[in-house]
Amino acid sequence: MIKLFQKFIQKVFRDLFRRKKHVKLGLYGPPNGGKTTLANRICHDWLGEEMGSVSNMAHETREIQIKEEIHMEKNGKELSFNLVDTPGIATKIDYEEFLKHGMKVNDAKKRAKEATKGVIDAIKWLDEMDTVIVVLDSTKDPYSQVNITIIGNLQARNIPVLLVANKIDLKKSDVKKIQAAFPQYDIVSISAKHGKNMDDFYEALFALAG
Amino acid sequence: MPYSEISNLSSEDRVTKLLKLAKQHKIIVLEGRLKKEEEAELIQRTMEQIDDNFKGIELGTIEPTDKDGEEILAKFKNNVINMLLGERRGITIIGPASVVKEIKQDPEKIQLLTSGKSGKIKVKPKKKKGRK
Repeated sequence: MIKLFQKFIQKVFRDLFRRKKHVKLGLYGPPNGGKTTLANRICHDWLGEEMGSVSNMAHETREIQIKEEIHMEKNGKELSFNLVDTPGIATKIDYEEFLKHGMKVNDAKKRAKEATKGVIDAIKWLDEMDTVIVVLDSTKDPYSQVNITIIGNLQARNIPVLLVANKIDLKKSDVKKIQAAFPQYDIVSISAKHGKNMDDFYEALFALAG
Repeated sequence: MPYSEISNLSSEDRVTKLLKLAKQHKIIVLEGRLKKEEEAELIQRTMEQIDDNFKGIELGTIEPTDKDGEEILAKFKNNVINMLLGERRGITIIGPASVVKEIKQDPEKIQLLTSGKSGKIKVKPKKKKGRK
């Protein structure tokens, strides 16, 4: 009995330190919200390099991408993590949508197949995350079921969430609508593309995960 | 579809049943809602089955929410109803993407935009007792 108890304590401590050493910070959200643009901005600010390619066409990121050991220091605070950029989560993927962007049929079908796998992987990876940034396009209607399902699943798993309203540089941006849709969260509004309000974003990130 | 049709099923069987109906080009209006984990499972399983003919689903849920300024007694009543009914409250709509073009939702209503010329379908949840 005592041995069992000792093993349990050892496991708890081992898991605790393993988690601290390899904290995974996930970027989640619907397609084209700006997850990879934000990942690039974070990597650019703290590593001086970019993470992945971005595009106006949905499902540009179709595989989980990880940038390891990002270390932030700000006002005497420190934060180290592995940044995990995930494919956008959607309930439907139609290869014909890609044809509108000038893709050939076979390429469009291949992209759609890869995108479906990406969505599955993104959902599977939810359990691996220690903290998640949900990136929403502030020009779009926030009351989408994908947003609600992502945030609900993070809540159900007790994973700390930072909600980001991206693309505030655009005229159609409406951060108040996102705040109204998710009143239980403080929303950080940014433009990842132009680096606007990134100090506020990093402050919020330190407060949540630091 | 009354909630009783899925209440005794496992999460896996619930998702299987709903997805099977969606693949038959049916729009499902379900009394109540799925658990959040079941919604994620539904999306995963949908992705696994997408091909040239099945493009995925549209999904929307709506549930009565507490309003600011509601009386304490009304809030208490709502909490009791939540405890008793759980996932039976609200409405879930699932439709194949080939039929349902878009689901627009907010805390008050769901709008279904279909692909044909039939236009919009609006669904509102029943108002709670005790609401002002």
